[in-house]
Amino acid sequence: MPEPSRALPQPTPETQHFWDGTREGELRLQRCDGCGKAYFPPRPFCASCGSRKVSVFKASGKGTLWSYVIHHRPVAGFTPPYAIAVVQLAEGPRMMSNIVECAQTPEALQLDMPLEVVFEKQNDSITLPLFRPAKG
Amino acid sequence: MRQKAVAVVGAAETTQLGVIPDMSQIQLHADAALNAMADCGLRPKDIDGVATAGETPVQIAHYLGITPKWVDGTSVGGCSFMIHVRHAAAAIEAGLAHTVLITHGESGRSRVGTIPRSVPPSSLQGQFEQPYGPMGPPSLFTVPVLRYMKTYGVTEEQIAQVCVVQREWAGKNPRATFRNPITTADVLNSRMIAYPFRLLMCCLVTDGGGALILTSAERAKDFPTKPVYILGTGESVETPMVSQMEDFTSSRAFRVAGPTAFQQAGISVKDVDHLMIYDAFAHLPIYGLEDLGFVPRGEAARFIAERNTAPGGRLPLNTNGGGLSYMHSGMYGMYALQESVRQMRGIAPAQIEGAKISVCHGVGGMFAASGTIIFSNEAP
Repeated sequence: MPEPSRALPQPTPETQHFWDGTREGELRLQRCDGCGKAYFPPRPFCASCGSRKVSVFKASGKGTLWSYVIHHRPVAGFTPPYAIAVVQLAEGPRMMSNIVECAQTPEALQLDMPLEVVFEKQNDSITLPLFRPAKG
Repeated sequence: MRQKAVAVVGAAETTQLGVIPDMSQIQLHADAALNAMADCGLRPKDIDGVATAGETPVQIAHYLGITPKWVDGTSVGGCSFMIHVRHAAAAIEAGLAHTVLITHGESGRSRVGTIPRSVPPSSLQGQFEQPYGPMGPPSLFTVPVLRYMKTYGVTEEQIAQVCVVQREWAGKNPRATFRNPITTADVLNSRMIAYPFRLLMCCLVTDGGGALILTSAERAKDFPTKPVYILGTGESVETPMVSQMEDFTSSRAFRVAGPTAFQQAGISVKDVDHLMIYDAFAHLPIYGLEDLGFVPRGEAARFIAERNTAPGGRLPLNTNGGGLSYMHSGMYGMYALQESVRQMRGIAPAQIEGAKISVCHGVGGMFAASGTIIFSNEAP
């Protein structure tokens, strides 16, 4: 019997570009053409100024560890304990993710440590952006 | 007195609190509502406004036999009931309703007749939070706290003190679920749930309900109960995704709802005799004390550890024992409101002698929403 999968996203027309991006190995954010603000989560307008003139761009994939908890209870698709983290992206927005290639301990997970995105394929349509300690 | 000031004239919780396996969720609403009506001598035909969360006003009005001409189904989590009080006060002042019933009931532990909760995978939370393994509030509400602790140098020991102090208050309350004293070590040795949060830093999960009845202050004097006047109210929402909070050390919804209520009441934090801050988890009173302006940023944990909010302290906080020790059905805001009303009536188990102003501050979701109510037992 296969392991139960983690909860997976169901893209909507407004978020499809993000999930197309992760499948292609890109972390795609949006930026307002008017006020210049980079934002996340995806939507086809700027929630800062209301403009519909926005662009999708490829983010650097660089960030830092902003905050997290280490969850100790069982959840489908996870082996506790595991960190549920929020990453401060270099471009400004923050996003929830998991930290991989790193011990899931308070000692190993230091706030503000540099991180970089990696992509983990879940199935043919969904690839999740995860983060690991930055390598140089 | 303002011409159309509003007062709470009926208030009650369910007959039982804790584990109530023989009552479905809607009956918990009804049990509390019937108790509140008995409290002030009203019957269903006397009620012309209904507000509720969890269940809909349609279900509650029909179940209780009420024909309302005003309803509010605002359902934004545990502070929905603070927001109902705010909306009901405005409706009564505007003449849209005369006598409003606000109900809460939740079979949080026994799960009898409950409405399943799930996060749709196409929602923003479903797409951008759920895939990373959260399971409900203990793993989400707690996410900002390490950032708060690093910013202000707050320790796990200090956060544990919140739980210790609230258990002291619960020890004075015969209806509290947990009454035995605990130590900081007990908290820090309890089972890890989501680091840095341990079991005793998380709220209870129990069954119960509560109801309030509001009317104009002019009519309030005709009721047998001591009127509890509404001096000021506030509300706001921020984000359904805790990962998208503007500031991980502070709640924007708190910073809007709280000052709005204080401004309307025309009071400052120095005027407050009694305070309730919805404590689903141990960090909530810390964020609340700071965002409402009772202490400067970063000082609330020390303020609590120095016993300012403990029995005998200068700012009695969560005097029923709170969600950490009294009860927490899921949407705890109603129980915080009930304790504020008891304190203003002078009938609380841990009564604050001479208290004239009580502030009741709620949170909904994971810092998603907020409502603040300022009560007084003196007519405005």
